Amino acid sequence: MPGTCKGMQTELTKPQSRRDFIRGILRNVFLAVLACFGGTVILRKVCLKADGADHGKACSGCPDLVRCKSPYSWLARPVSTRRTVWQLDPAKCIQCGRCATNCVLRISAVKCVHRFEMCGYCKLCFGFFQPGADTLTSAAENQMCPTGAIRRKFIEEPYYEYTIDESLCIGCGRCVKTCGAFGNGSLILQVRHDLCVNCNECSIARNCPAGAYRRVPADEPYLFKPASQNT
Amino acid sequence: MRKILVMLFLLVSTLTCFAENRFPKPQFEKGYTLPETTAPGPRSILLESVDVVVLLAALSLATWLVLKKRSRRGVFLLTIFSVIYFGFWKKGCICSIGAIQNVTLWLFDNQYVLPLSAAAYFILPLVFALLFGRVFCAAVCPLGTIQDLMILFPVKVPSCLAQILKLIPYVYLGLGALFAATGTAFVICRLDPFVPIFRLSGKLPILMTGIVLLLIGIFVARPYCRFLCPFSVLLNWMSKLSKWHATITPDECVKCRLCEKSCPFDAIQIPNINQVAEPRISGVHRLIMLLILLPFLAIGGGWAGSRLDVVLARENPTVRLAEAIQQNDQSELKLMVFEKEAFDGSGMKKEDLYVQAHTLRNKFRKGGWFMGGFLGVVFGCSLIGVSIKRTRDSYEPDRGACLSCARCFMSCPKEHQRIKKLNQVNC
Repeated sequence: MPGTCKGMQTELTKPQSRRDFIRGILRNVFLAVLACFGGTVILRKVCLKADGADHGKACSGCPDLVRCKSPYSWLARPVSTRRTVWQLDPAKCIQCGRCATNCVLRISAVKCVHRFEMCGYCKLCFGFFQPGADTLTSAAENQMCPTGAIRRKFIEEPYYEYTIDESLCIGCGRCVKTCGAFGNGSLILQVRHDLCVNCNECSIARNCPAGAYRRVPADEPYLFKPASQNT
Repeated sequence: MRKILVMLFLLVSTLTCFAENRFPKPQFEKGYTLPETTAPGPRSILLESVDVVVLLAALSLATWLVLKKRSRRGVFLLTIFSVIYFGFWKKGCICSIGAIQNVTLWLFDNQYVLPLSAAAYFILPLVFALLFGRVFCAAVCPLGTIQDLMILFPVKVPSCLAQILKLIPYVYLGLGALFAATGTAFVICRLDPFVPIFRLSGKLPILMTGIVLLLIGIFVARPYCRFLCPFSVLLNWMSKLSKWHATITPDECVKCRLCEKSCPFDAIQIPNINQVAEPRISGVHRLIMLLILLPFLAIGGGWAGSRLDVVLARENPTVRLAEAIQQNDQSELKLMVFEKEAFDGSGMKKEDLYVQAHTLRNKFRKGGWFMGGFLGVVFGCSLIGVSIKRTRDSYEPDRGACLSCARCFMSCPKEHQRIKKLNQVNC
């Protein structure tokens, strides 16, 4: 019986059968293919270093890589040790509310994030109040947020500070929609990476009607600046 | 108050084109510090490399335990570690099974960046399978190990049924690769039945599938691994070529039949040297017939696969949107309202979308030829595999199907002898 765990000794002393010979050849071929694949991955990793020769871009940053007809263009396929994470582009987001329901986590990893530097600190906040609220108080019937996750705090007349209680936020984006439509758009939806489990296929991205989700480098995991449409 | 609100709404709704700063930044009189916008980061990149190192270490340890130490107890402990680390700690992502799709997408899409960890999770188990057999399945794969812990009363699956069920992974692999190559979806990840258990949250149907599979797994050992897992196809091929595969006996087989019942996966091949052989000529005839049939199966499968293009392409969001818009135009329907809204907002022309959808359908037709052809060849080869009988004079593991779980070792009397000898030397 060839090929026992005793290894090389029996292999050498016993004559190889034809099957074992073919097996050996095929094995070496597959090993070579996998080694080439692994080698490419490591090679590309070296080439793609930000301070390397190609400044982090394949084929010296050739813009036509997609249409490249060269048989070797696959060598320029990007591979990276830069981990990617999922993030949604606020510029594309239409606040459909699917982030709240489509995440694999029971309470979505997408939360409303408040960018204070853009906020107008309005007394009548469109993200906080229902349209047509009778009085500007934080009574439940006046609030836009279904879970009451926005806190309203008086600073000085006529300014109010709004903060998000992320443990309550479900990422439905109702406040984001009205703040973006009538206010400064300082409320945006973002994937919170302390919660996100970074699925190989993001379940929300699959269901996002606007295609706003994309993989971004893990060292710049938030898209706070409104990105331009064509990127 | 209401009037003011309505007026304000009317006022600002006319100004929607000014997206930013309709209200100026306030000038606070009292000291007020602007709070920081919080941005908690993801898991650090260092941990990513740690994962790869742990995978490599676990694979090496599994190899050593199966081939050198021949210890079922060691494999069992490693199994528990893998369930905890790769499953519950890492939450199941990224796993080798899903990495197939990352690699496929990388091969077909110039823009997709393959993470190094995905590449490592794809390559390492295959390399180990080429050298040592499926040690990855034995004690490292979180999906396999969680089922391995459930094997209580294994029953034998009738071999005719098992032969048919074994074809499912090929279909799954073909479809998964096709969807990944067209950039449509990662179906293997989506339908992964055990990830919701590791995460303790997920879609109910998938979670239920996982629980049902685990319950079936009490009787039919590791049903996902044997009859569903797409990565098992590749591991099966590689393991068939493996250089140092685990053997039941550490020495020469004495044909005592004690190991016959020890394998819960029915992966032990029984010697057939004393059986009456069929006349050689009829076997040769059948083989020739099947070899002639093979190209027809391939072409037929390819044709059938290519005919599925419209159905399969519907999984792609672009194609779905294009079809919905066409139907909306033809009749007074309102399909995919949010998608339509986003599409209208993006300023893209309908014609461009239709062209994109058409290209995608063509891709699916071309891919369907390859997928169907592949399945046809697989079907033909499995027919040939069933019809050919090799002579075996000892109990051997079926190299492809054997998961190197080390369960059969202790049933061998020679193994007991070996352990006794080892103990004597140690004393």
